[in-house]
Amino acid sequence: MSDSILSMPKQVSTPLLPRLHIDLPLLTGILLLCSFGLAMLYSASDSDIAMVRRQLVNIAIALVIMFALAQLSPAKLKAISPWFYLAGLALLAAVLVMGDMGKGAQRWLLIGGFRFQPSEIVKIAVPMMCAGFLSSRPQPVKAWHLLVAFILTLIPAALIIKQPDLGTAILVTAAGVFTIFYAGLSWRLIILLFVIAIGAVSAVLYNPDILDMFLHPYQKRRVLTLIDPQNDPLGAGYHIIQSSIAIGSGGMFGKGWLNGTQCHLDFLPEQHTDFIFAVIAEEIGLAGIIIMMLLYLFIILRGLYIAAMSDSTYGRLLGGSLTLVFFIYLLVNTGMVTGILPVVGVPLPLVSYGGTSIITIMAGFGILMSIHTHREPSRTRQSEITSFFD
Amino acid sequence: MPITTTQQQQAITRRRFIWRIVVAVVFILLALGLVITRLYWLQVTNHEVYTTLSTDNRIRLLPLPPTRGEIVDRNGVLLAQNIPSIDLFIYPDEVKNIEETIEQLTKVISISDDDRKNFNKRKKRQRRFERIAIRTGLNQQEMAKFAVERHQFQGVDIGITLRRYYPYGELTAHVVGYIGRINERELERIDQAAYSGTSHIGKTGLERYYEDQLHGEVGVQKVEMDATSHIMRVIETQPPVNGADIKLHFDIELQRIAMDGLGENSGAVVAIDIKSGGILVLASKPGFDANLFVDGISYKNYGALQKNPETPLYNRTIHGSYPAGSTIKPFLALAGLELGTVTANQTVYCPGHYRIKGSGRKFRDWKKSGHGTTNLYKAIEQSCDVYFYNLAYSMGIDNMHDYLTQFHFGRPTGADMPNETGAVLPSTAWKKKRYNKVWVQGDTINAGIGQGYFLVSPLQLAYATAVLAGDGKLIPPRLASHINDISTALADNEVPRIGKKAPHHWQQVIKGMSQVVEAPRGTAKRIRSKNYRIAGKTGTAQVISMKQNETYDAKKLARDKHDHALFIAFAPTDDPQIAVALIVEHGGHGGSAAAPIARQIMDAFLLEESSDTGQQVDGEESEEEESEGEKTEEEKTEEENAQQAGGRQDDE
Repeated sequence: MSDSILSMPKQVSTPLLPRLHIDLPLLTGILLLCSFGLAMLYSASDSDIAMVRRQLVNIAIALVIMFALAQLSPAKLKAISPWFYLAGLALLAAVLVMGDMGKGAQRWLLIGGFRFQPSEIVKIAVPMMCAGFLSSRPQPVKAWHLLVAFILTLIPAALIIKQPDLGTAILVTAAGVFTIFYAGLSWRLIILLFVIAIGAVSAVLYNPDILDMFLHPYQKRRVLTLIDPQNDPLGAGYHIIQSSIAIGSGGMFGKGWLNGTQCHLDFLPEQHTDFIFAVIAEEIGLAGIIIMMLLYLFIILRGLYIAAMSDSTYGRLLGGSLTLVFFIYLLVNTGMVTGILPVVGVPLPLVSYGGTSIITIMAGFGILMSIHTHREPSRTRQSEITSFFD
Repeated sequence: MPITTTQQQQAITRRRFIWRIVVAVVFILLALGLVITRLYWLQVTNHEVYTTLSTDNRIRLLPLPPTRGEIVDRNGVLLAQNIPSIDLFIYPDEVKNIEETIEQLTKVISISDDDRKNFNKRKKRQRRFERIAIRTGLNQQEMAKFAVERHQFQGVDIGITLRRYYPYGELTAHVVGYIGRINERELERIDQAAYSGTSHIGKTGLERYYEDQLHGEVGVQKVEMDATSHIMRVIETQPPVNGADIKLHFDIELQRIAMDGLGENSGAVVAIDIKSGGILVLASKPGFDANLFVDGISYKNYGALQKNPETPLYNRTIHGSYPAGSTIKPFLALAGLELGTVTANQTVYCPGHYRIKGSGRKFRDWKKSGHGTTNLYKAIEQSCDVYFYNLAYSMGIDNMHDYLTQFHFGRPTGADMPNETGAVLPSTAWKKKRYNKVWVQGDTINAGIGQGYFLVSPLQLAYATAVLAGDGKLIPPRLASHINDISTALADNEVPRIGKKAPHHWQQVIKGMSQVVEAPRGTAKRIRSKNYRIAGKTGTAQVISMKQNETYDAKKLARDKHDHALFIAFAPTDDPQIAVALIVEHGGHGGSAAAPIARQIMDAFLLEESSDTGQQVDGEESEEEESEGEKTEEEKTEEENAQQAGGRQDDE
């Protein structure tokens, strides 16, 4: 009897959380930010406790998904990447064909009574696919490998633009492009792209009609409103003007929790979803925002650290890309609410109300945790799995 | 040393990767720095500016609701109008304790429990900075009383709003319908931006059917407000586009005649202007006062309407399904002629009952002694059941179905009313689908006299009559004739027609219908007019089925089991202008209970130009008075009709 006890594998030396494939610093950052988000949601929704409760359920579901994904080793994730990617493409095509109309754009698919946004799957599937493909080539990868990865990114992005959903298309493209960047995109090309981007922005500022070629009229209006919000004060500019007033009137230390006037008087559009940042800035001021930003920065740096410490190319590319996508959420949302980027529907990650985005983001964190907690044993197993990419 | 090379290579790859991570971190810090700089500019540098904007001058977008279109009848009489109402409003963001304020208000102005309930309901739905009505329809005295005490009530104010008012209340409730406050379900359906500032929406009738046209388009006003929500400056205005006014074919005076004619009976009357397809009368009795619904009906009133066994909320004209009874016979006769089943002069011997060959089942005619040798004209004129049993049997149910469906039996007429019923035009396929049962010959026999599965709505019956009289033109029946002065009429070449094999077949049926009124033994001869000729058909629809050996005795039966009286007619026979169909529930006999109402409507419509209409009608009645003997005979006929009606149902 005592024999059998002795023969049990010794696991006591490994701490509990890594054994559960949980990364404690990351989890701490996430939970702090979620709690903060719930408190702000309570204020932004005008003390609607039912909404806070629903968001709590969303967070719980997202945590379960994060936990589940963390259990899969990066090798397994890599093996399923292409199937996951293809499934995402098929669902996107399905949305275009028979999508349920949601908010004037086709983004939703109804499956068994659940509304479901395939573009969210693609946000994870694209970096997985690109990282899987690029990590299976001999390093450093050749330029045409990067081109293939770029095309793999553009296909779903084009399908999403067709829906049309500019915000998600930007995030998906960013996810793919970041993978390519980490895999070794030449610096010369990066600098060239920067120059082109700056040139394009200047051209639009000089002659806005160029936008007609690329964007829907409503998207063009949003871009133009950015240049001059007063131009369209009854329409798109109203959002920017009102959020500027809310943020600006918040000052250094804010008006205090539950004391925001702009949000409680319904001046702010979508105040508990995409524009919740304005409510936060109004109520807790610049000082509070900086603390919140530091929390975000902590999560981002932890993500990048996990990527850097990864022992596989796949883990590095995927981890680095997912973390940067999280950052892009933050940048696009805060940029849009503060009026330096156009209004595209991107939520403030982990804080905005809504189940879809939080699940996708947490799934990304689940993958990061998997990368970090599966390091040593995964090395030997990796070679056993016949890869789709070879 | 390949291994070393691989290891070296891996190390290089890793170093490169970390270098890129470092670049990413720099980029992240720069970008977040930019956002923070922007925030610093907004929150510190320009803090004062935005504080002023947020506290002193609040820019708000106020919706400017459009004024709802009004509805007038064919003569321009207002049926749905907007009248100013003095309402008492609470601005929730300015009142500290709403409950207490309402308590204080009750000392000045009477506020009922229903008012409070409505207020709380609205409060849940309304956006926060919008005012909410606590009392509507204040009178001048109440207004003056509040004006005196006003200083006590911060955030309470009087406002004048337009309220929907239906001057004819019960007369038009089923036609015009009513508007009511937008409910949760409707909120999901509508474009909320288009309804910002609009609290009401069409719930039933024309108010619902023409909601889009009547509602109009919302405007926007961009205003600056001070901290107490008072408008300081209007910056920009996009005026609303008011809803369209709708003019109807409907005639309120004819409607009144129809409703009065029904008296205490429940029933429905529909009259159609044959030339235009316009619906002149759409009367459903009992009605209700539509004005009760505009501001939310009280539980008590609603309960009373719901519990009333005569179902006043039920629009019998478009939702009611009744057995057509004998009023279906002209259409069946036409089907027989056009399909070649019979010719007009072919005769059937009516011994007072009918037997299917090789079957013991006996179907009785309403006239026990029988009609003897009967051709098509006589069969319509005297409503011979045996003739039509035989015709239906020879034709077969599916041929009957296919022909009659052209008249929109069994499917909606397409009138401009919401949720019109299609009722039931049975066929073998229909019975299979609906009951999963095989069609039997007895079903066909019953359908031949408009009983059994066959059901029609009063509107369908009137429409079919108008189509028959109007030479097969399928002009969609319409209540609205003009929307914002634009005619809704179809061009003549857009109007579909029922294909004809021989035009004289139609004339033969009309001749039969003419004899119903004009011939000495016609079942509706009492409504004969000397001013114009009428073609019609009476009908009696049984409500309960009787066993073969039972006889119908009105005196022994509860009133809700009495037969329905039906009548269809059009006039003038030689140049048809108006078609009427009506049903008097449990009224007994079509000829006596229903036909006279049709006559009154036709008189009013056809003779409205002549100044001495009243005299003529009087003259007519005195003429009927003269023919006393004839009348008694007719009554007797109808009595007979009644006695036999129940017995016509085949045995079980």
